[in-house]
Amino acid sequence: MAVGKSVNRMDAVAKVTGRAEYTQDLYKPDMLVARYFRSTIAHGKVTLINVEKAKNLKGVEAVFTYEDVPENKFATAGHPFSLDPGHKDVEDRLLLSQDIRFMGDEIAIVVAHDEIIANKALKLIHVSYKEYKPLTFPEDILKKDARQIHKGSSNIVGEHEYAFGDDIKEAFKKADVVVQGKFKTAMVQHCHLENHISYAYMDDLDRIVIVSSTQIPHIVRRLVSEALNMPLNRIRILKPFVGGGFGNKQDMVLEPMVAFLTLKLDGRPVQINLSREECMLGTRNRHPFFIDVKTGIKKDGTIVARQMDAISITGAYASHGHAIISAGGSKQSSLYPHVATQFHARTLYANIPVAGAMRAYGSPQILYAVECATEDAARKIGMDSVEFRLKNIARQGDMNLLSGKRILSCGLTECLVKGKKFINWDSKVKEYKKYKTGPVRRGLGVACFSYASGTYPVCVEVAGVRIVLNQDGTVHVMVGATEIGQGSDTVVAQMVAQTLCLPYEHVMVVQAQDTDVSPFDTGAYASRQAYVVSNAVFKAASDLKDKILGHAGLMTQRQRKDLDIHNAKIIDVYTNENVMDMKTLAVDSFYHKERGGQLTSEISHKTTTNAPVFGCTFVDIEVDIPLCKIKINQIINVHDSGVILNPVQAGGQVHGGVFMGMGAALLEEMMIDTKTGRVYNNNLLDYKFPTFVDLPQIHHDFVETKEPTSGYGNKSLGEPPVITPPPAIRNAVLDATGVCINALPLSPHHLFTSFKKGGILDSKGDADV
Amino acid sequence: MFDLKKHIKATCLDDAIALLIENPNARLIAGGTDVLIKLRHGKKGYSELIDINGLEELRFIKQDKQNNILIGSGTVFSDIIQSDIIKKHIPMLSDAAQSVGGPQIRNVATIGGNICNGVTSADSASSLFSLNAVLVVKTQGAIREIPISDFYLGPGKVDLKKGEILTTIIIRPDDYMGSFGYYYKYAMRNAMDIATIGCAVCLKVKHHILADFRIAYGVAGPVPIRCLKTEKSVTNKKITLKLLDDISRFVAHDVSPRTSWRATKEFRMNIICELSKRATKKALNRAGEGL
Ligand SMILES: Cc1cc2nc3c(=O)[nH]c(=O)nc-3n(C[C@H](O)[C@H](O)[C@H](O)COP(=O)(O)OP(=O)(O)OC[C@H]3O[C@@H](n4cnc5c(N)ncnc54)[C@H](O)[C@@H]3O)c2cc1C
Repeated sequence: MAVGKSVNRMDAVAKVTGRAEYTQDLYKPDMLVARYFRSTIAHGKVTLINVEKAKNLKGVEAVFTYEDVPENKFATAGHPFSLDPGHKDVEDRLLLSQDIRFMGDEIAIVVAHDEIIANKALKLIHVSYKEYKPLTFPEDILKKDARQIHKGSSNIVGEHEYAFGDDIKEAFKKADVVVQGKFKTAMVQHCHLENHISYAYMDDLDRIVIVSSTQIPHIVRRLVSEALNMPLNRIRILKPFVGGGFGNKQDMVLEPMVAFLTLKLDGRPVQINLSREECMLGTRNRHPFFIDVKTGIKKDGTIVARQMDAISITGAYASHGHAIISAGGSKQSSLYPHVATQFHARTLYANIPVAGAMRAYGSPQILYAVECATEDAARKIGMDSVEFRLKNIARQGDMNLLSGKRILSCGLTECLVKGKKFINWDSKVKEYKKYKTGPVRRGLGVACFSYASGTYPVCVEVAGVRIVLNQDGTVHVMVGATEIGQGSDTVVAQMVAQTLCLPYEHVMVVQAQDTDVSPFDTGAYASRQAYVVSNAVFKAASDLKDKILGHAGLMTQRQRKDLDIHNAKIIDVYTNENVMDMKTLAVDSFYHKERGGQLTSEISHKTTTNAPVFGCTFVDIEVDIPLCKIKINQIINVHDSGVILNPVQAGGQVHGGVFMGMGAALLEEMMIDTKTGRVYNNNLLDYKFPTFVDLPQIHHDFVETKEPTSGYGNKSLGEPPVITPPPAIRNAVLDATGVCINALPLSPHHLFTSFKKGGILDSKGDADV
Repeated sequence: MFDLKKHIKATCLDDAIALLIENPNARLIAGGTDVLIKLRHGKKGYSELIDINGLEELRFIKQDKQNNILIGSGTVFSDIIQSDIIKKHIPMLSDAAQSVGGPQIRNVATIGGNICNGVTSADSASSLFSLNAVLVVKTQGAIREIPISDFYLGPGKVDLKKGEILTTIIIRPDDYMGSFGYYYKYAMRNAMDIATIGCAVCLKVKHHILADFRIAYGVAGPVPIRCLKTEKSVTNKKITLKLLDDISRFVAHDVSPRTSWRATKEFRMNIICELSKRATKKALNRAGEGL
């Protein structure tokens, strides 16, 4: 049984020995490098540009400006094509732009023999601007006379509203108490290890090959064809090993530019390899949200009504646009399905860097507000935070009123019970009463979440799998599901091994992807892959198994139904007799002169379900008030992700997510001068991504339910771990200090301001600090 | 990719001095952990390098006959952390060394580079200020000794003339024997970060009296500074909790932090005052003086 075992990752050895080849390793000897000329203002228009000197520099092959690129506006979001014209992504981007919408906007590009020459050439380009006041705050952006960052947009990218449950006004009437709060989340960056990098060349007179670090090879292929107005079949995307993406590579970023450049330069290979500074400034980040929440509660602890008004800032270009806040807003109906809810959301343009997809896609913002508001409500009526949640959360069999689907598996109650026990909640609640005064205080926090397994029914969910039997009786698997470091190839191999009854080591998943040959799948995002691919894999593996047994029947003159596979051997189901090994069968199928052939199976499967997942964070913290620092003593995430396919990998996924969540809770924010739109800290010294010594040991646990809609009982796990650490930590700070801080991150600077306002900064006491 | 025009490896100290004189536009590179960052950012004046990395002549920690502790400018922070002499006599310098960057940085970054780079946040600088360190600077036919407090001329500017190399850092017996110290680095992260405020305290205790008190800060002004007025007011006072409070109030008048996007003046001041108490308390603990 391969599923449920902690087998080694398929690529473990290749990676730890440095043999795994990433885009940068696939260097071409005569490759040119390209570097962007970026704006130094946040809002305006280029009135004059002079690139002559740069062009004349020795070693420069070409310089292109906004005047040289197609006028064809395109969308970049990594979404599948939508047959519904009303659901199309916003097409607001050009390859290079004369209109400047954020500091760092791409005006021109230099192609040179190496990076040093390209950098020198950039310094020789001269521009003049007409400047406008940068729009960075919602109030300014929404003013009637505000300049339209994109003509005709009114600075609004999208807006929607939904409600479920009882009439909201009536529901609030039932409340004994109403609690309100205004919440704000920060712009944070993915900080994937491998920066954005792509190169392109032509391997014929009319075909462009793009090698790229992407989460979505097949989508990028279509998007490039749209951006350049080229037939899709003339574009080929290769995806080597990828060093992480977290959503930032679920977007077309460099690909159309390298394709454009190679087209212009007779098919010569051209690479763009962004520096960390450029990557943080010029790719995508997490949308900052402004969220107003109103919660109606009864004295017995029932939440009866919730109203939310949320604003999402997408920055200079739409990218994923309004989809982020729509997705984030939709998770409440599976978390608190009994609460009458009304939700209104808008997404706005602003003269700040572009936001896009980032791990958990809007939920970290919305559920942060929801779980802070839920905490405030529990405290308002003096009810224990865990009891309060247990009273209101989803249970198996509940109706998700927004999707109209029943929740078929839900272990959230058990998650809360496990987490509470682990952190020793009840006894610490008592013990920590002693630590609510003085300079160093202690507190506990909890928050829970629900998330989805993919994007259906908003988008199509399709997965392709091809399995072929090798001559030696092992199998090779090709999937469109994209391995980007999360371990999806490994769990695919486990699924195949399970259904074909082969040892895991006999299954090889082809790592690199090539849109010319890889089966179609939309890629790595929405925590979709293991769930969406599971049914496709199950079908393909079952089909191949049938063919294998059919061939064994031919060879031995037995009935298919009398045979089975067991540990890479064909056995007789009645006698358990070992009929032959897989190798003997394979050799026969390939080389017998009359019967058989290469045994293969290929399936493209559409998933029309979407299983909700659940979980929670418990945290125990210490707040040093004079030093404005939070120390996390203990933290645990408990997840219901259905059947856990690979416990070690799943644990790694949780640890990574909790780590990222703690970073967003405590330290991380892109700092922007609201007057000029300048980003101060687009580097890893000043953007305070935590290090190993900043955070405690992370704990995790699972509540294993079995999801009936999934091929192997599994549900999503990729993104969810990141969601609840921030609200849990905020709730713990409130518990420790009595100060309600409704903005992220809880960095020393912000704690200083809040503690000062709260009048606790000069807390005296003799705690040994 | 580095836009490097010239890179010459010096064979010994005298060779390095000669090369510096021959190549007036060149700059020294020791560990390179400041130089290479600037070179990568395309900063002017960093493309010609005289390499003194690994010169054994500059890499030592020893005690001479007069009990001076001598640290070679080419000593890396990992050497300092592992040195028995430092562990025994100046553990605060270990604190400082341990707080620098991460393991990879500490294995290559030198104490000389840290000082000569001239920034206020240098973690070894405030400790050396509180230790009254003296710097030995050598050029062809001349050697100068400069107290570290005179070495810093302004942000990024130190008292080094063309052709001069910092060779040794001297800590005199009076300044470390019978002294107990502590270096408190306050940063957003516990590793790989530049100090928001660094506070070094070095003190002597006699019969529960603060017989000697030296306190220095990094990032509390454009260069590392000593709080001389505070030191004067609290020396020879009885050690009490109130004295700690006094120190934390007094230091505010000796420092001049500023507001930048990295931190506001008010925030820095709050940390400066709080650290004076905490670092003093830790140093007192090392002196065996409980409070
Ligand atoms: C990731 C990272 C983390 C860091 N963390 C910290 C930190 O926590 N705390 C901290 O204080 N610093 C930190 N730094 C900065 C740097 O590591 C230190 O300042 C280090 O001590 C510099 O030493 P070096 O040998 O690398 O100097 P180099 O870069 O080689 O030289 C620095 C300067 O000193 C000059 N110089 C070097 N040796 C001599 C000499 N003998 N005589 C005259 N001039 C000389 C050089 O010409 C140059 O101007 C960090 C740097 C990095 C890259």
